[in-house]
Amino acid sequence: MSEITPSQTVGPFFAYGLTPKGVCQWRPNSGFDWKETAGDNLITPDASGERIRIEGCITDGDGAPINDAMIEIWQADAQGRYMHPRDNRSIPNARFKGFGRSATDKSGVFGFSTVKPGAVPGPNGKAQAPHIVVCIYSRGMLRQIYTRLYFSDESANASDPILALIPPDRRDTLVAKKQMRGGQNVYRFDIRVQGKDETVFFDI
Amino acid sequence: MTLVYPKESLSAYPKHLSPGYRSTIKRSPSKPLIIIPHTLSELTGPVYGHEAVQENDNDLTKQHKGEPLGERIIVHGHILDEDKRPVPDTLVEIWQANACGRYVHVVDQHPAPLDPNFTGAGRTVTDKNGYYKFITVKPGAYPWRNHPNAWRPNHIHFSVFGHSFLSRLVTQMYFPGDPLFPFDPIFNSVTDEKARQRMISSFDLDNTVPDWALCFRFDIVLRGREQTPMEH
Ligand SMILES: [Fe+3]
Repeated sequence: MSEITPSQTVGPFFAYGLTPKGVCQWRPNSGFDWKETAGDNLITPDASGERIRIEGCITDGDGAPINDAMIEIWQADAQGRYMHPRDNRSIPNARFKGFGRSATDKSGVFGFSTVKPGAVPGPNGKAQAPHIVVCIYSRGMLRQIYTRLYFSDESANASDPILALIPPDRRDTLVAKKQMRGGQNVYRFDIRVQGKDETVFFDI
Repeated sequence: MTLVYPKESLSAYPKHLSPGYRSTIKRSPSKPLIIIPHTLSELTGPVYGHEAVQENDNDLTKQHKGEPLGERIIVHGHILDEDKRPVPDTLVEIWQANACGRYVHVVDQHPAPLDPNFTGAGRTVTDKNGYYKFITVKPGAYPWRNHPNAWRPNHIHFSVFGHSFLSRLVTQMYFPGDPLFPFDPIFNSVTDEKARQRMISSFDLDNTVPDWALCFRFDIVLRGREQTPMEH
């Protein structure tokens, strides 16, 4: 019998403690000295690969924007390597951590600046298509929910072993749509927590 | 050390939909979650070591010019995995209301005073024994609009990373003997009595500092255990 500590909701008031610029936003000129750990810009000067922007809106079962959610992303670098001891292949992008956090704004919108991840190893030696692990927290969520973001311009999606486990008519909810804006690639990834076109979430 | 993350352990968690906590009704997935294997993407996770925090980030009473009002407390404990091994060098973040039950957050409309000397955010990294320690003030209870006369028991919010993205935990630490426990749908969303007790800190007289601060102990057990059961 496991004795893990149960999860509880992040609640509505996490932003000043967890998210980028949170404290400055609520307490300007308070003299509060705080170094940011995780922000919404993952790009480090040494990171190779294509610079991209990820943007999306998160909505509830009524289609109403969730304006007090926190989105976390975890990804490999452009060579498909994770900055983690379990991935013991060599790491060329030594400073690229691959972790980001974004609080949604009053319209339920979140966004990240990052590099496009490479393909990573999957089950049984089969490569996985480039993807980002996405984790969602908010008031009204007693535990985090996990999903994945794939890229609409990747032909490898067709043979991805994880996408293959999802009913075909729902796979599209995990594919961020590529749009060009001001010469930059923006991938649009909307998250619908509940209802029609509900995003696929994982039991992991 | 190769860790695995048995899903059975998650039975201690609340269900996504827990109607007593009203906000879960529109914010919980309605379709079955899809079961996928744990790949390198899930078995790895962010690593934040000692470079991520500054000295005194774990002392919430020293972040401003003066001392905050309220009951000064020490909160400490160990972060462990399911085999009860320490989880070293992992980031622990906390946030909380002030002694009057008011958050700094602009959305908090509870008509209780803000404290110019208290923000309520702290963080630290566990040492090689998985040990962490915070100094803060005891947060007050606060009202919320979930149901008539709804009040949250005193609590401190915790966010912990652990060995992978699967061990990531956001939870709340409660204080022993809180009279609000029977009425709080968030606390009671954990339906197993024993699991609920694991969210309650214990009063720690041995580490209470005379003439200075009460101490509470809160150990946190994260997902993750060794692949092969240990032989004895
Ligand atoms: Fe709270």
